[in-house]
Amino acid sequence: MGQTFVQKALARAAGVAHANVGDVLDVRADVMFSHDNTAAIIRLFKEIGATRIAYPQRVAITLDHAVPAPTTAHAQNHADIRAWVREQGIEHFYEVGRGICHQVISEEALVLPGETIFGSDSHTTHFGWLGAFGMGVGRTEMAALWATGELWIRVPETLKITLTGRLQPGVMAKDIALKVLRDLRLTGSGYRAVEFDGDTIGTLSLDERPVLPNLMAEFGAMSAYLPPDSLVFDALEAKRTRDYTPIYPDPDAAYDQTHAIDCAALPPQVAFPHQPDNVFDLTDALGQPIDQAFIGTCTGGRYEDLAAAAAVLKGKRIRSRLIVIPASAQVIQQALATGVLATLIEAGAALNTPGCGPCMGNHMGVPAPNEATISTGSRNFRGRMGTPDAPCYLANPYVVAAAAVAGCIVDPREVMA
Amino acid sequence: MTQHRVHVYGDNVNTDLIFAGKYTYTLRERDEIARRALEDLDPDFVKRVQPGDVIVAGQNWGNGSSREQAVTCLKWNGIRAIIAASFGGLYLRNCINQGVHPIVCPALHTLVQTGDVIEIDDGTIRAAGQTFAIPPLSPSVQAILDAGGLIPMLARRFRSEGG
Ligand code: SF4
Repeated sequence: MGQTFVQKALARAAGVAHANVGDVLDVRADVMFSHDNTAAIIRLFKEIGATRIAYPQRVAITLDHAVPAPTTAHAQNHADIRAWVREQGIEHFYEVGRGICHQVISEEALVLPGETIFGSDSHTTHFGWLGAFGMGVGRTEMAALWATGELWIRVPETLKITLTGRLQPGVMAKDIALKVLRDLRLTGSGYRAVEFDGDTIGTLSLDERPVLPNLMAEFGAMSAYLPPDSLVFDALEAKRTRDYTPIYPDPDAAYDQTHAIDCAALPPQVAFPHQPDNVFDLTDALGQPIDQAFIGTCTGGRYEDLAAAAAVLKGKRIRSRLIVIPASAQVIQQALATGVLATLIEAGAALNTPGCGPCMGNHMGVPAPNEATISTGSRNFRGRMGTPDAPCYLANPYVVAAAAVAGCIVDPREVMA
Repeated sequence: MTQHRVHVYGDNVNTDLIFAGKYTYTLRERDEIARRALEDLDPDFVKRVQPGDVIVAGQNWGNGSSREQAVTCLKWNGIRAIIAASFGGLYLRNCINQGVHPIVCPALHTLVQTGDVIEIDDGTIRAAGQTFAIPPLSPSVQAILDAGGLIPMLARRFRSEGG
């Protein structure tokens, strides 16, 4: 019987020849990262009685969740993390303004196809875009990883999702991911690994691909995987510091569940408050009033997201407020070079420091009670953006930008006409 | 053979109902966290619970976020084991890492009521006149539980290595 990606990747990382579903393995991390939650992990690490991180060269830390520090408490948290970084000699440390953990680690090519990355962040499934095994872990688990470089994992069952056809103009990977949630619901994965497959993947750009595995966190997946191709390999070439061997599933691998999406027929999708699986076609969302539009996050703040918004906003003025937070400093530079940033600012957008911004309600766009936000982010749980009674919609950046112009959810083609 | 009082819940109890998200960054002390356990689902739980008690639940107990407090808020109230028809995947990991035994038992929540007493030994649960086998864990996972969780297990290892 053939093996799925996750069986092969975990066997490699555990140093065993073969991994069966249900085996419990001690898995070696190629990369382990944390962010603003690092200070809490330090306390757990000290409880273990360890003093030095076992493999500091495999550790990455970004400051991104509340940057620049909005309060004294946040600033102290950052200061504690900087002191720890110096004490432990952690080289892969990324300061305020560099960008969101998942984006920065991808840009820096810290993790490579076939490798294993653990992050104390639920969206670590993100790294499936390059064919790595990415898994979110708790703070206790990150402390254990620092101490030993390893973590126990039960080899999961795999759900295969086949994507066919080319997306229509104005439809993006975000819509595919929302459709998966719509079809299979929030707990549909049952903590399986997800493997994407099908001819759609090759048609998606590198800015688009991470959206699929990233949003599988919403779905309760342990990890998610896209088969890497030459587009991925070429992108990693300039920065990578070691060799790698990509891993592909066997043709006769066993999947305990499968699902298929016809991407060519897919219209834009909108997640309604207060759950990312509360999804409808755009046509059923038209007219919903919007007070604030937000383009940003690890799932909706890359260059092509900004460019999509600029295509809608060119020569327009926004009616609601529009907050734009590029996912990294590199994204800003790219958007600056092509004029995308100028278009957004001319339309009236408020530009902020790369980071998570209001995604988890820390700052930079927390809504007032009853104010509706439409966001390119990944989560719209009640209170997620910091205010319990503020509805939040999720959609692709064309739809979000068009809503900023109209003051309500509209078909972007209407605005662009 | 030990005797345990049970607190019984239904299907799909998520981590927000066990420990509300609004407390995740503000509460640090054990007794503060324990006091908020099951606040929105069962406000009387914290008044009723006694050390050694056990949770019995339906399908998908602990689905949702990865927050460890959804396990520790129960542990710091003295909960020894959680018996559920099934568990959220991250929750199951958190249980083991915190040294709280997660036991899969598909039918128990339909047979007992809050306040009933059940008996547990190494391999079986006895309740409502029936006996249920406790599915064995893999030896490495059992070792984490036996040590009281991942941090105590590693602490023991680091002490013995003098590191
Ligand atoms: S942008 Fe949002 S989803 Fe992404 S890492 Fe930051 S808080 Fe999490």
